[in-house]
Amino acid sequence: MKQIKTLNKANLKESAVKGGCGECQASCQSACKTSCTVANQKCENANR
Amino acid sequence: MIHKYSLNGYRFVLDTNSGAVHLFEAAPYEMLDYLDDSVPDCPPDKLIAEMKGKYDENTIQEAYEELKELYHEGLLFSADEYEQFAGMMKNAPIKSMCLNIAHDCNLRCEYCFAAKGDFGRGRMLMPFEVGKKAIDFLIENSKGRHNLEVDFFGGEPLMNFDVVKQVVDYARSIEKQHNKNFRFTITTNGLLLSDDKIDYINREMSNCVLSLDGRKSVNDRLRVRVDGSGCYDTVVPKFQKLVATRGDKDYYVRGTFTKHNLDFTNDILHYVDLGFDQISMEPVVSDPKLDYSIDEGDLPRVFEEYEHLANVIIERKKQGKGFNFFHFNVDLQQGPCAIKRLRGCSCGNEYVCVTPEGDIFPCHQFVGDDSWKMGNILDGSFDMEKKNEFALTNIYSKPDCKNCWAKFYCSGGCNANNWQYEKDVHKAHEISCKLEKKRVECAIMIQAALAE
Repeated sequence: MKQIKTLNKANLKESAVKGGCGECQASCQSACKTSCTVANQKCENANR
Repeated sequence: MIHKYSLNGYRFVLDTNSGAVHLFEAAPYEMLDYLDDSVPDCPPDKLIAEMKGKYDENTIQEAYEELKELYHEGLLFSADEYEQFAGMMKNAPIKSMCLNIAHDCNLRCEYCFAAKGDFGRGRMLMPFEVGKKAIDFLIENSKGRHNLEVDFFGGEPLMNFDVVKQVVDYARSIEKQHNKNFRFTITTNGLLLSDDKIDYINREMSNCVLSLDGRKSVNDRLRVRVDGSGCYDTVVPKFQKLVATRGDKDYYVRGTFTKHNLDFTNDILHYVDLGFDQISMEPVVSDPKLDYSIDEGDLPRVFEEYEHLANVIIERKKQGKGFNFFHFNVDLQQGPCAIKRLRGCSCGNEYVCVTPEGDIFPCHQFVGDDSWKMGNILDGSFDMEKKNEFALTNIYSKPDCKNCWAKFYCSGGCNANNWQYEKDVHKAHEISCKLEKKRVECAIMIQAALAE
C-alpha cells in the first residue's frame, strides 16, 4: 500500500481465543496504584 | 469502530476491535469522514464530490482501494466480537494481593488517598499472624495460577519491616509445595530505608515503587513529615543507592503531579538527572474542590505537557539517552490478550487488599469504606457474591466504555476512582478517562516516530 502503512500485526482477535491464562500482573500493582492502564502490561502466556 | 487523530505530523487511524494501528496519508484520512462503519465497493457520491478538486483522480482511486483492502482484511471498521467473552468471566482465581502491612505513615502528604496513612481507620501495624493467614488465603484461592503477586503497601510498609520479612519467609517456605511462584513488591516513601533494607529489597522484591514527586520544591510542597518539613533531602540519596545496587530488577520512581506542577516534564527530567530511568508520574486524583486538584480547565495544559514529554522522550531515545515512562509504554505487537483487556485490574475478583485487621477489600483504594468490605482473613468470611459482581465489571458493563475507541487500552479505567468520583464503579471517571486517552495517543505517536 502506498497511502496507508499498518504499524502492527493487529492480533487482538486471535489473542481472545488463545488468551485468558491470567498469569500476568494485576495492572495497577506495577507502578501506579492510582489508575489503570492495561495496554502497557506484559503478556506472560508462553503459548500465545 | 475507529479513532483518527493527527499528532506531530502523523495521521493515525486506530481500528478498535482488531487492535490495528495505521498511518494514513491525507487523502484516505479525509475519506474516512464520509464512511460510516464500512467501506462499500463503490465510494459514496459525497465522498467523491468532496475529494475532487483536492486530490487527483489516481490518488482518490488508489486511496479508496487501499481502504477497501483494509476493510476486507478486517483491519478497518472490524466487528466487535468480544462481548460474548465478557459474560463468561466469572469467579476467576485470586492471583494478586495488596497487603496493607502498615496503616500508619511517617509522612503526611497532602494528597494522600489513604487519609495520611491510616485510611481513616486508626493507626495500626499488621501482626504477622494476619500476614501469614493472608498468604494462606491467597494460595488457597489462587487455584491453578502459578504466579502470585503480593505488594507490601500502606501507609508506609517500612514501619513494619520485620513483619514484611516474616511474611516473605513464610511464603517462600511453602511456595514450592503448592507449585506457586511469589513475586513480592513494595511501595515506599524511602524515609526509613537503610543499607540493610536496601539489600533486602533488592534481593527479595521483584519490583519496588519509590515515591518522589520530582524537583525538591515540588516534592517538599506536598510530601511532608508530621512537622511539615519536606522529605526530598532524606530520601533522594537513599533511592539513588537502592537503584544503583538494584541490577536489572524492576523499579519505578513514582510521582504525583498536581495543579501546582503542570510542567511535570521538568520533574521527570529531574528524575533522569538524579540517575533514575524507570519512571511513573501520575495525575493526582482528588476532590475537585481542593486547590491542587486537576480539573477540566487544566486539561488543555496537561495535554500540551504530555505532547511535550512525548517529544522529549523521542529526542532522548534517538540520542541513546532514553528513559522509560510507564504510561507511555505500549506494546502494539504482543501486549495483553483481549481477555485481560476486557476487565483491566480485576479488583475484587483477581486482586484484593488485606488490612492490618485482616479485612478484605476489592483493592487498596476501597479501604476506608466498610460497605465495600468483602470478608476477613481471620474469621474466614469472604463474600463470593461481591466477587462475582466485580468479575462481571468490564468494558461491556460500563456504558461509557462500551462504545469508546480506547476501551482495549485502558480496560474501563480504575473502578475505585469511578466509585469515589462518579459514585458508580460502572461510570468512567471523566477526567482520568480524558487523560488516559491523551496518553494513549502520545504513546502510539512515540512508537511511530521511533520506528522511522
